[in-house]
Amino acid sequence: MVAIVLVGHSPELLRGLRAMLAQAAPAVLVSVAGGTDGGALGTSAPMILAAVRGVLAEAPDGAVVLLDLGSAALALEMALDDLVPADRARVRVSRGALVEGAVRAAVEAAGGGPLTAVLAASEVPPGHDKLPDDWPANGTAPG
Amino acid sequence: MISTGDFSRFLETFAARIHDAKEELTQLDSAIGDADHGINMDRGMTAIMELLPGLPDGDAGTLFKQTGMKLISTVGGASGPLYGTFFLRLGTAFGTATEIGPTELAAGFRAGLEGVIARGKAGLDDKTMVDAMVPAVAALEAGVGDLPAALDAAAIAAAEGRDRVTPFVARKGRASYLGERSAGHQDPGATSTTILFESLRDALRAG
Repeated sequence: MVAIVLVGHSPELLRGLRAMLAQAAPAVLVSVAGGTDGGALGTSAPMILAAVRGVLAEAPDGAVVLLDLGSAALALEMALDDLVPADRARVRVSRGALVEGAVRAAVEAAGGGPLTAVLAASEVPPGHDKLPDDWPANGTAPG
Repeated sequence: MISTGDFSRFLETFAARIHDAKEELTQLDSAIGDADHGINMDRGMTAIMELLPGLPDGDAGTLFKQTGMKLISTVGGASGPLYGTFFLRLGTAFGTATEIGPTELAAGFRAGLEGVIARGKAGLDDKTMVDAMVPAVAALEAGVGDLPAALDAAAIAAAEGRDRVTPFVARKGRASYLGERSAGHQDPGATSTTILFESLRDALRAG
């Protein structure tokens, strides 16, 4: 089963999201790397590397990584550069929105989807079917 | 020749100057970024200050490699991987040498700059720390015959690079989200890099 790694600036944000994933897809292995080593807001390449290595050791099918903001990408890239090629080849980085992408990815992974399918599930555009089709356009609802 | 102790003093000076500039850097970053550059750099350099007394009196390579590793895990923002890579490459270039001459210094800083460019994928005029670092390293390389003059020229070149790109539109990082509105704001990364070269000059001049 494909695992999921959540990378972000806030440990609390990722803890909450992991709890949501545990409810939606309890069988899926989810690891988080949030905040700096001292727990401040930010990202830490060594923490990201440890999280990715941790899930890869348990999940032969690989892992999809989601990040909260583009400014986490540098630390993520640095961490992935330190993986051996065989491990790096089992990692995909998602361009999807963190919360929706992670939930969709977890559900796909729980269903046994391969790495490419879990990645694709995570990259559904933000806001896709979040609101019902007959939801009134903004500014037109009776106020 | 520059000793490992001289380089420790450089890091102490950089840490102290960053601490003093914390509010200024944060204020610059609040105009065009996420207002964390001063806080992040101060946290990282404070961790370096805690690290320095525990390091054995050894080679310059170990000093800067340890510095780089610490910054990568404590700074938090994009500047963590960037300054971390800079110091890691500097440490790798210096290796086990305990005395560094002007030519090795310039070569080490060139390696650090190349690491920053490879990691951040920023070029000249993108309005980043690269715009301060490129002319400063060139000044170090041009001045290997007279180290004090080269250090002074590098600090001045960094400040000129920082100021040169202030009218520009940022093309990298969080500042690029602002588009045209970033024009006219001094770049926080180019500012901290200027502090780095001023710290190098002042620490080595004192020694």
